[in-house]
Amino acid sequence: MAVYEQTYKRYAGPLTPEWSRFLIIPRHAYRSVFKSKIFTAFFVICFVPLLVEAILIYLHHNMNALGIMKIQIRELLPIDGSFFQTFVYIQGGFAFFVTVLVGPPLVSRDLRNNALPLYLCRPFSRTEYVVGKMSVLFILLSLITWVPQLLLFLFQAYQEGFTWFKDNLWIASAILLASVVWILLLALISQAISALVKWRVIASAAILGLFFIPSVFSAFLNEVFLTKWGNLVSLIALMGNVSDGLFGVFDRTAGTVRIEDFNNNVRLIVVTQPPLWLCWGMLFLVCAICLAVLSRKVKAYEVVR
Amino acid sequence: MALPATLQEELIKDQTLNDPAVIDLLSLSVTFGRRPILKNLRGDLRGKAIGLLGPNGAGKTTLIHTLLGFYEPSAGTAQIFGYDIVDQAKQIKSLVGYMPERDAFIAQMSAVHFVRLMGELSGLPPGAALERAHEALFYVGLGEARYRKLETYSLGMKQLAKLAQAIVHGPKLLFLDEPTNGLDPPARLRMIKLIREIRDSGQASIVLSSHLLLDVEECCDEILILRDGQIAVYCNLEEERKSNRKFLMLETRGDQAKFVEAIKELGCEYAITGDHRLKIVLQGGVDVRDLYQLAAREQVQLRRLSYKRDSLEDIFLKAMETGNGGL
Repeated sequence: MAVYEQTYKRYAGPLTPEWSRFLIIPRHAYRSVFKSKIFTAFFVICFVPLLVEAILIYLHHNMNALGIMKIQIRELLPIDGSFFQTFVYIQGGFAFFVTVLVGPPLVSRDLRNNALPLYLCRPFSRTEYVVGKMSVLFILLSLITWVPQLLLFLFQAYQEGFTWFKDNLWIASAILLASVVWILLLALISQAISALVKWRVIASAAILGLFFIPSVFSAFLNEVFLTKWGNLVSLIALMGNVSDGLFGVFDRTAGTVRIEDFNNNVRLIVVTQPPLWLCWGMLFLVCAICLAVLSRKVKAYEVVR
Repeated sequence: MALPATLQEELIKDQTLNDPAVIDLLSLSVTFGRRPILKNLRGDLRGKAIGLLGPNGAGKTTLIHTLLGFYEPSAGTAQIFGYDIVDQAKQIKSLVGYMPERDAFIAQMSAVHFVRLMGELSGLPPGAALERAHEALFYVGLGEARYRKLETYSLGMKQLAKLAQAIVHGPKLLFLDEPTNGLDPPARLRMIKLIREIRDSGQASIVLSSHLLLDVEECCDEILILRDGQIAVYCNLEEERKSNRKFLMLETRGDQAKFVEAIKELGCEYAITGDHRLKIVLQGGVDVRDLYQLAAREQVQLRRLSYKRDSLEDIFLKAMETGNGGL
């Protein structure tokens, strides 16, 4: 069917492997995502903390530079699990805002323009569609979270030597797992909201609301009932607990509160966190709900019963 | 060396039996909730261009969607080129193209980008998909507008873009759901011309669903008429017309009474439809030549002689009245 021939001809050339076709979606999505100069600028800013992290690791091992800058090595942060966890948190925050910017139109735009039948009438399943749409965020967020952080971990290991690498390999797995869990959570929630809400602004607001309103509610519950069990309703707090667990700093005892009643009797109340398995369970529940929403909404046509 | 005619006929017959039908309906039923939409559809459709007709709610679009795997059959199944629509949906989807009835596109994309994406999703490598996207858009007549965003297209252009995405991967079977919807007469003619070209290329079979009988009549060689989710008629349009070759319309000058008597003697049924006008049903063994001889003998002039052709409208209306399946 060459342009000049103007006749209909069947395609007889080679085909791409089926397993790789979900990657077509992110490849085409990035063209429109990076058309926005504001987003591109924001995406570049996401790498600034990583640059700071790299500089800190470099300075930690470069005596000459420290000498020139007259900085005592003890004044610098120690390069350990908490150092990397801090940057996992910072990058997680950036990942959240990237999700708010990129996630909402991914599915809603297709639903609004009835594009789903066009995808699904091809050898391309609903699962591949959802995986393809999620991989738009997964690849983008990975580029600002675990991928550079693992590279920086390797940089630190290169500076310290193999023994340090061997002793701290758990940090790498914690970075990877904490980031991937956070990315999957963000991707699933944003896709589910995108499938439910057709308007971009409302979908963005819904994502922000879903993360921040329960956090406020959770803080209120924790204050009123002198507990940390309210964290179960906050996705941010749940993720914080899971991350603490992965970095080995999770402690169910969150502190003590001293209460003095009208008769001047003093009581000490131990504030406890929900157990780690329950935090994981809640995250799985949220993911399962998102998958159920996607399974219900991502269809070529709604069946009117 | 040419084969004897009988052997050739045998070979063709064998080939027809061995070749899987384009669509084979095997007691296909579809139910939404408790509402039956398609009821026990049976038959094999072998036409190059099959027109899908029926009043609103007859189940035309549901049939197409079920064949595309969008809905699961509640009973029975169907096959496309021998592949089962439930178990081998992926194989089927790599062989078909679909032009939906409603507006369907991906926002903020130029036509060429959109058609290329659709080509890639069908399995074409990026380079080939881009090349064929350009070709498909030129083919449907959007060559000059291919870099424009789809949102800026008129309704007619969007229809053509939908056709381009349906043919970009060169499917073996093309489902066209109301392709001329909302088109002005020139755009409609262009669409019909494209559909006929694709049909005549012999590279793809077509299933055309439409409310417009004229569109189906111009494009299709077979028709499937649905009524209340059942097959009312399935027939080959040309054969249907041929079967009506026994009906003759005559206009005469001269002594019509004597001529009518002579026709009666031949054993043909007739009806006088007006001054000098007759409708005759030829009986077996009676030929048109006999009528000419009769007219010469009775000194009657035959000013006009034509075969009555059942129009698609007649077939459709008959199907709506009787609902007798042609399968």
